[in-house]
Amino acid sequence: MNLLMRVLVGVSIAGCASGVWADDLNLTPGATAISHDQYGLHMLVLYICIAIGIVVFSVMGYSMYTHRKSQGAVAAHFHDNTRLEILWTIIPALILVGMAYPATVTLIKMYDTGGEDLIVEVRGYQWKWQYKYLDEDHKNALSFFSNLSTSQDEIHNRAPKGEFYLLEVDKPLVIPTKKKVRFLITGNDVIHAFSVPDFGIKRDAIPGILNDVWAYVDEPGVYRGQCSELCGKDHGFMPIVVNAVPEDEYNTWYAKEQAAYAEREKMASQTFTAEQLMTLGEQVYTTNCVACHQANGQGVPPVFPALAGSKIATGDRAEHIHRVYSGVAGTAMQAFGTQLNAAEIAAVVHYERHSWGNNANDVTQPIDVLNLVSAQ
Amino acid sequence: MTTGRSTPWKLLALVVGMFGFGFALVPMYDMLCEVTGLGGRTGDLYVYDPAKVSPDESRLVKVTFLTNVNDGMTWEFRSEQGSVRVHPGELSEAKFFVRNTTDRVMVAQAVPSLAPGSAAEYFHKTECFCFTRQVLEPGQSLEMPMRFFVSPDLPRGQDSISLSYTLFDVTQLAADGQIATGA
Amino acid sequence: MSAVIEHHDDHGDHDHGPAKGITRWLFTTNHKDIGTLYLWFSFTMFLIGGCLALVIRAELFQPGLQFVDPAFFNQMTTNHGLIMVFGAIMPAMVGLANWLIPMMIGAPDMALPRLNNLSFWILPFAFGLLISTLFMEGGGPNFGWTFYAPLSTTYAPSTVTFFIFGVHMMGASSIMGSINIIATILNMRAPGMTLMKMPLFVWTWLITAYLLLAVMPVLAGVVTMMLFDVHFHTSFFNAAGGGDPVMFQHIFWFFGHPEVYIMILPAFGVVSQIIPTFARKPLFGYDSMVYAVASIAFLSFIVWAHHMFTVGMPLAGQLFFMYATMLIAVPTGVKVFNWVATMWRGSMTFETPMLFSIAFVILFTIGGFSGLMLAMTPVDFRYQDTYFVVAHFHYVLVPGSLFGIIAAVYYWLPKWCGRMYDESLGKLHFWLSFIGVNVTFFPQHFSGLAGMPRRVPDYALQFADFNMLSSIGAFIFGFSQVFFLFVVIKTIRSGKPATARVWDGAHGLEWTVPSPAPYHTFTHPPVVTEAEAHS
Repeated sequence: MNLLMRVLVGVSIAGCASGVWADDLNLTPGATAISHDQYGLHMLVLYICIAIGIVVFSVMGYSMYTHRKSQGAVAAHFHDNTRLEILWTIIPALILVGMAYPATVTLIKMYDTGGEDLIVEVRGYQWKWQYKYLDEDHKNALSFFSNLSTSQDEIHNRAPKGEFYLLEVDKPLVIPTKKKVRFLITGNDVIHAFSVPDFGIKRDAIPGILNDVWAYVDEPGVYRGQCSELCGKDHGFMPIVVNAVPEDEYNTWYAKEQAAYAEREKMASQTFTAEQLMTLGEQVYTTNCVACHQANGQGVPPVFPALAGSKIATGDRAEHIHRVYSGVAGTAMQAFGTQLNAAEIAAVVHYERHSWGNNANDVTQPIDVLNLVSAQ
Repeated sequence: MTTGRSTPWKLLALVVGMFGFGFALVPMYDMLCEVTGLGGRTGDLYVYDPAKVSPDESRLVKVTFLTNVNDGMTWEFRSEQGSVRVHPGELSEAKFFVRNTTDRVMVAQAVPSLAPGSAAEYFHKTECFCFTRQVLEPGQSLEMPMRFFVSPDLPRGQDSISLSYTLFDVTQLAADGQIATGA
Repeated sequence: MSAVIEHHDDHGDHDHGPAKGITRWLFTTNHKDIGTLYLWFSFTMFLIGGCLALVIRAELFQPGLQFVDPAFFNQMTTNHGLIMVFGAIMPAMVGLANWLIPMMIGAPDMALPRLNNLSFWILPFAFGLLISTLFMEGGGPNFGWTFYAPLSTTYAPSTVTFFIFGVHMMGASSIMGSINIIATILNMRAPGMTLMKMPLFVWTWLITAYLLLAVMPVLAGVVTMMLFDVHFHTSFFNAAGGGDPVMFQHIFWFFGHPEVYIMILPAFGVVSQIIPTFARKPLFGYDSMVYAVASIAFLSFIVWAHHMFTVGMPLAGQLFFMYATMLIAVPTGVKVFNWVATMWRGSMTFETPMLFSIAFVILFTIGGFSGLMLAMTPVDFRYQDTYFVVAHFHYVLVPGSLFGIIAAVYYWLPKWCGRMYDESLGKLHFWLSFIGVNVTFFPQHFSGLAGMPRRVPDYALQFADFNMLSSIGAFIFGFSQVFFLFVVIKTIRSGKPATARVWDGAHGLEWTVPSPAPYHTFTHPPVVTEAEAHS
């Protein structure tokens, strides 16, 4: 069996101290100096544990083999030995000191609070990440959400699973290499945890509290992680993908994203046809709504109500827009007014009112959303 | 055995004591946070005495402001400056803009948090909107000032501080009278 | 030794047997009956919790969602944890304490027999309440057994109130049980049974009971705060009203870490009874065993935040909790070395209790190694919340606490029911369990190191092989415990009669009474001879 072989090979290689393990059997050394340190510490402790294990279990095994009644062993009667007992208290203590010292050194390095080249705010939502780039000049700020891009068909086994199943997003976080990037981590609703193993980073995203970690990435690459604190239903479906690119490539990307963002904001002043609204609405729905309300609009009652045939999605439009814009406090229904622009909200409302047998027979334009918001 | 009879009662007293201790952890934890900056907690109102603080002109510290609204809040909330560079010991002012975008009267509480947590004890606020709640009519907006200074005792090498404000909707809490509406 | 059940004739008209029918069990104040109730209750909970585990493993057999939706999956992980910790392991340990402590210290019964009845009969209601939430609208608790706020407060399903009351009831039960155990041990020892002559099982339970009294009220406090936050709009854990969700974790783990030792210390005691018996040699380093348990218990109060390294603490805090945690390895090592030294130059036989005890020592040590790795703060940032943690705590809880309990059942079952279990069936059960537990949990080390987060219903493709292996192991392990039920029932119904001493190397007062132990034992204090004192 292939798997068994790999386990055996992995374990035996570990035994011969060559330190090379198959990737899916061990920690990866990662892409930063810190993650290399962590890997070194991990291997150090692992070898110490294996060595102690070999000694203790060999003594035990020898004793179990030799000191058997069936072998004619006669029990001795000793029941203490002060010298031995002192020895096996002190030696482990010394080994622990040997482990604690390098761990302390690494930890102090991680707590370096010196200045950074770039600040990115990372905000955990149920169940996606928001990345905000903070520039000194506030006008340059860029903010976007990063959602799982694996299709529901793959998750529900209706389509073959891709290479990066559950580890892929629609918009990855992009950072420049060879720059000190500080991540300021916080949460919007419950506690999440931002984790990029290859950077040696894992920190909780707690509502109202700001945590900070940093990374200095040497090599360009795509680095993947997952939310690491139980945060409700789709905890397993909010991956983190970081794209580390050389600085000039980063700058190009940043400028392009900003232009696209401005373009998107302009949509709010446009008028769309019903077809355009349906197309955009479906996109928005698939990204933001499908996890709870499902692709067929049936939801998962009673926690996640059905939209097909629902009073709100077929009734008063103002109430419908209000629900999407302001959310429902204390539930997974978020206030999308802070996440989507007016055009996107109008489109998704229109889509919900004209799908799965719903036929409200109206057209919702961005201006309707804006009017409702500013009417107040 | 008289000692035997009293054992269960002594143990019960221990239980009651530990139950109380559980609740005593709440104020103890608060104190610990205030003192150590655990969780990036910033201190209460600080009185700035220019006679006692001499600005350290030799270095600049970057203070970045982060603004967020928590789940269920749709208010517009932003920092006017984004970030500022200040000399330690020098009193500065930052402005924040807030607007109630909903159709009802709402009460908001801004919760501050500072990173790195080890800098929290060197960051002093002499005036802050986070000390009171904001009550805004529908559509009403407000410019909110925050005056602060960074202590000159801030360790060298620490030249970047981030301060986040998260607006929480406390309309319900205020209505329940669990917290006084301060505004 | 005579296998005939001797009738007590030395205490005249006080002697009475058990009541007949269901009232025997409802109103019993007899420590043996209550011990039996605890053990059967815990086994029932173990099977229910095991079924939930198999739902989890079935869903994780392959990538993709097959059987349950993610919301239900979260209820499974949460209730699996709660039921196994509070419903299976802890009541089983209390059941062992009830059966054995009075017999080991030469006492006629527990100090507070009626309280004893109450503390048991609360439990079925507590767990009935908890399990019933799974069938309610909105579903049962889904926030993990650690129930971190605000997922368990602001964002909780409405059944959280039942969960809170369930926890209160379990806590009350444990507190009453612990008061009873301490009162019994401190006041009811036979003359000559000094503290330092007590069997180690009694010692570990004395210390465990104090731990319970210290931390269960804190758990009660923290769920009370949750109750207030959910229903009375206080803000203990709500940042909006000046509270702090991180404080929840500190208070929870102030309870939670000693809780971990509450589950393992009595198993240490069990193993320290069994190994000397089958090595036919006194326990090595009795005194240092007692001191090691006491220091582990003390240290358990100052290491709680090692569960929270990623929460964001000041450097000094991280260092303190790292050092304190690493320190626990010293007394734990002493215990392991003492067990090995007890075996050294003994005259060993390997009956089922001994097999489970040896597996305990080996596999618990492996769990200890991964614990040491997790203690290293900088690397914990890689391990935290991955399957490496799942592998670690299952290694200390399943082949640790659970194997301890199973070993105890095989070891004392002949004393309880007067019949011997079938040795070959027992060994078969052992090997199935041993293979099952390792096939289940060892691969989880690898998936964890490769980065698989815990508490997820679905996973990336590179984790597929190990999860499939793990699921196969889980089903082997699960069904071998149903086999255990068969072995126990067969023993009770048709096992060969057991002698009073049962094992030729056994020492201790419980072996001086006939098998099965009469309904009332030691109504007159026994004479504690050197031969029956500690070991």
